[in-house]
Amino acid sequence: MKTVEEIKAAIEAAVPGAGVEFVPNPGPAAEHSLRIAPASAVAVATFLHDDADLTLDFLSNVSGVDWPDKEIAEKVKVTRTVTKTVDGVEQSVEEAVEETRKRVEPGCLEAVYHLYSIAKKHGPLVIRMKTANRSDQVELPSLTPVWRSAEFQEREVFDLYGIVFRGHPDLRRLLMWDGFKDHPMRKDYGEPDDYEYEPTPHDHVLARAHERQSREQGTGNREQGSDVA
Amino acid sequence: MAVDQNLKIELGKQGIFVTTIEELYNWGRRSSVWPMQFGLACCAIEMIATTMARYDLARFGAEVFRPSPRQADLMIVSGTVTKKMAPQVVRLYNQMAEPRYVIAMGACAISGGPFKQGYNVLKGIDRYIPVDVHIPGCPPRPEALIQAFITLQKKIDGQHLTGPDRPRYLDANAQGEFPVPEQGEHDLEPTSNQGVWPVQIQGLRD
Repeated sequence: MKTVEEIKAAIEAAVPGAGVEFVPNPGPAAEHSLRIAPASAVAVATFLHDDADLTLDFLSNVSGVDWPDKEIAEKVKVTRTVTKTVDGVEQSVEEAVEETRKRVEPGCLEAVYHLYSIAKKHGPLVIRMKTANRSDQVELPSLTPVWRSAEFQEREVFDLYGIVFRGHPDLRRLLMWDGFKDHPMRKDYGEPDDYEYEPTPHDHVLARAHERQSREQGTGNREQGSDVA
Repeated sequence: MAVDQNLKIELGKQGIFVTTIEELYNWGRRSSVWPMQFGLACCAIEMIATTMARYDLARFGAEVFRPSPRQADLMIVSGTVTKKMAPQVVRLYNQMAEPRYVIAMGACAISGGPFKQGYNVLKGIDRYIPVDVHIPGCPPRPEALIQAFITLQKKIDGQHLTGPDRPRYLDANAQGEFPVPEQGEHDLEPTSNQGVWPVQIQGLRD
C-alpha cells in the first residue's frame, strides 16, 4: 500500500480543497492517520473506496474519541517597565519577567475510521474527523452511504459520544434506551450514584460506598442488611 | 402436622402408605418445576449444558423448558441483566402464573458481577423480583445449577400450606404483581422495588 503521505497527496489531487491533515503517530507502531475536513469527507471517502490503487472496500471499525476542554498553563516572557531606584535616582527600567498564562483549548469529539482493502489485501488506513466543539456543533457527515458497515457503529458512536451523523439512514441509540439523555463514554459523564458496600480491592469504590452510606444513615434504609450478609 | 417417621416406615412395611396433603402437594410441585426457556448471557450456555444429556436436569423434574411464561414455574435468570433488559425480565416474571420461583444464576444476575460499577448493568435482579436461590460463579458450572435446583426443591418441600409462613401465592394479601421499572433519563426509575429490596436475611431453615 502507498504510505499515508502518498495517500494524502493522492486525495489532494483527486478531491480539490479536500482539507486533509497528516496526523503523525510518534509511537513505535507509527500508525499515522489523516484528519479529513467534514465538509469534503464523503467525497474523500468515495475516492478512497473507488480508487483503483487503494480500493479500501472494507470498513473494519468506527470509534469515537472525546477530547475535553484542556487548560494549558504556559510560561511567557514579558517585558515590563518598572520604576526602580538605581544609584539613588528613580528610573524607568525595562525588565524581562516570566509570567504564567492559562488558556483553555476548546475540546471536540472525534470519529475514527479504520479502513482495509479486501481486494488488494492491504490496510489499515486510519481517517478521522473532528467536530467543532463538544456541546452544540457535534455534527459530522455519515460515511454509511460509502461503507454500509458504518451504520451500526455510527449509531453506537452517536449513542455513547453524542456525535450526530448527518446523512445516516437510521440514527437511533444502539445500546441505551431511547429516553436516555447522557452519553456514557464522554469524559464528563456522571454515572448514577448507586455505589454500595462490597468487599473490593478498589479504594475509590469503597470511598464512594461509604460516602453514600453516611448520607443515607439518617434516612435509615438499605446497606445495613447487606453488610450483615 | 408431621407423621412420625418410624410409624410411617412401620406402616409402610405392612403395605399402608401414610402421608399428609401438604407432603403430597409439595411432592407434586417440586417434582415438576418447569423452567422458562430464556437466557441472557454466557450463563445461558451453562444452563443449556445442564439440560443436555451429560447433566440432564430432567432427572429432577425440570422436564421441559417452556417457551411461554404462562406455562413456566421457574425463571432462571441466567446472565447479565442490563438496565435496558431489566423491565422486560420483570414483565416476564409478572406474566408467570403462581407458584413461581426464581433462580439468579451467576455473578451478574446476583450482583452485577464484573460490570457492577458500570452505567448499563443492573446490580442484581433481586432489586426488582424476589429471588429464591442465588448461585455465585462466573459462570456457575452445571453442577452448581443442579445444586441450586435441588436447594429450590428442598425449599418447596419445606413450605407449609397454612400459617404465617405460607408461601406468597397462598397469601391473598401478598404482593402478586411486581412494578416494572421505567427507563428514565439517567437510570431506571425506581432503582429498586422497596418491597423486595434489601433482601431480608432470615434464620436459615433446613
